[in-house]
Amino acid sequence: MIDTKPLHQTSTQVRRDVLRMVHGCKSGHPGGSLGCADFLTALYFHIMEHKPDFKMDGVGEDIFFLSNGHISPVFYSVLARSGYFPVSELKSFRRLNTRLQGHPTTHEHLPGVRVASGSLGQGVSVAIGAALAKKLNGDDKIVYALMGDGEIEEGQNWEAFMYAAHNKVDNLIVTIDYNGQQIDGSTQSVMGIGEDIEAKMIAFGWKVFRMNGHSFPEIIDVMERAKRQTGHGQPIFIIMKTEMGYPIDFMMGSHKWHGVAPNDAELEKALAQLPSNLGDY
Amino acid sequence: MKTFEVQNVKDTRSGFGEGLHELGKSNPRTVALCADLIGSLKMDAFKKDFPERFFQVGIAEANMMGIAAGLTIGGWIPFTGTFANFSTGRVYDQIRQSIAYSGKNVKICASHAGITLGEDGATHQILEDIGMMKMLPGMTVINPCDFNQTKAATLAIADLNGPVYLRFGRPAVPNFTDANAKFEIGKALILSEGTDVSIFATGHLVWKAIEAGHILAEKGISADVINIHTIKPLDVDAILNSVRKTRCVVTAEEHQMNGGLGDSVAQVLAMHYPAPIEYVAVNDSFGESGTPDELMVKYGLDKSNIVDAALKAISRKA
Repeated sequence: MIDTKPLHQTSTQVRRDVLRMVHGCKSGHPGGSLGCADFLTALYFHIMEHKPDFKMDGVGEDIFFLSNGHISPVFYSVLARSGYFPVSELKSFRRLNTRLQGHPTTHEHLPGVRVASGSLGQGVSVAIGAALAKKLNGDDKIVYALMGDGEIEEGQNWEAFMYAAHNKVDNLIVTIDYNGQQIDGSTQSVMGIGEDIEAKMIAFGWKVFRMNGHSFPEIIDVMERAKRQTGHGQPIFIIMKTEMGYPIDFMMGSHKWHGVAPNDAELEKALAQLPSNLGDY
Repeated sequence: MKTFEVQNVKDTRSGFGEGLHELGKSNPRTVALCADLIGSLKMDAFKKDFPERFFQVGIAEANMMGIAAGLTIGGWIPFTGTFANFSTGRVYDQIRQSIAYSGKNVKICASHAGITLGEDGATHQILEDIGMMKMLPGMTVINPCDFNQTKAATLAIADLNGPVYLRFGRPAVPNFTDANAKFEIGKALILSEGTDVSIFATGHLVWKAIEAGHILAEKGISADVINIHTIKPLDVDAILNSVRKTRCVVTAEEHQMNGGLGDSVAQVLAMHYPAPIEYVAVNDSFGESGTPDELMVKYGLDKSNIVDAALKAISRKA
């Protein structure tokens, strides 16, 4: 059993970064960013085998694609805290001339980003391509991707799901942030992707796992099992239950904080629930 | 007016197929993807000889563009193949975000472009693709004129690091360019020199422009006939050098008037050397079913239309 306390400290700091970044530019997407902080922290600080010096091709290392690009704050924070670029650069988020664009891009050459995302539904296809490239290169490392649950409404995902299973792209682990919320309300009310998402993915030929995205022991256990499942002829899909806005009490329970920045008082109130551990940027 | 020998009559898509197959041998980083149109795109030979580097994606063009973008991450050079309609309009946002904005080295190879797709009708006859693709920052747009040039262009784009849109067609057309000519991206080709009117043509309209040049010569008019195979980046110097000499212009393309080669040339003229310009292009209309030849006549894309446009442009000279 590994000690998850350092991961918890990191994800707490990441959440502080997220809130301060979004507050700083008075825009951005805090809800999903807070919800995915534990997963991305676990991925970059424990699960993935990645190199500190960024190379676009990512040969010989695990690589990650963020399909739901609007949760860029958490992506940027985790990349910075992993050493890809200075933590101090987080303060430039969404400001003119920044490498930290509102949605991730390769255009500004920010280390750690391998494709632009934000227009939804494209990341799984790109991840499949990168996974095929690894196979062609004889590279046995893994391609990871994260997508939103509202995002699954985009048809391109289903093209990608069909392709990956039919072609046994088994060096690919896609996680869906199953927080049940999207801009116009709950996913159930907008386009009931439903509790049968697992059945849908199994029917499409994927190996499916479920996990609680706010439990480090569970994230690590499931991701390790998923890793062991790679190379067995099936792409892997992880349904990760999260809470949008977690763990800020007034940000959880609805879609309200999907794309709204906290004001000064709200930031203070939220940060009080996240005692700093590693030092703010 | 210079005379060109027609070596044979062949479809430009077969030039792509041969070029791709040759790349399979000469460039081991070449990979190809197709969305259920292997025969139409002439990708059979590549698939047969390099099966491990060929990806059948099914009728799922959006996914194909994404996979192509991903394959570049790891150092591969993907060539996607489907009809021009499904290579552009259907997947514009995928190309925009995952390929162009992301700076990915993907070669988007599009057959059955324009009205000469013929009998299938307007659903498949895209006439807006050049416009869509040239508007994307960093995208190179190439529309070669015959089999030899399409093959040469296919080989050349593999060596360019960046996204490319390569447009070609379905029907058999005169194959007249030098089979050994090296394709220079962005370098217009002066086919015949003249002093009365500049005819800038692209794709299938290049041969029509040559035919029109002969008809004009019989009327005592000497035309500068130039093959603009690369619409972006445009060879501005070649255009200006010609227009300074002739002082009037005809553009000819199998594309909408809006957004095509003609608009690119008009922009150059407006900025650097204002001169009368006449467009031979489809005028804000969808196509329809018919044979390629019938459609070229009905939609005003024939040699006679180029001749008429040249006479009109000359009459408008100051």
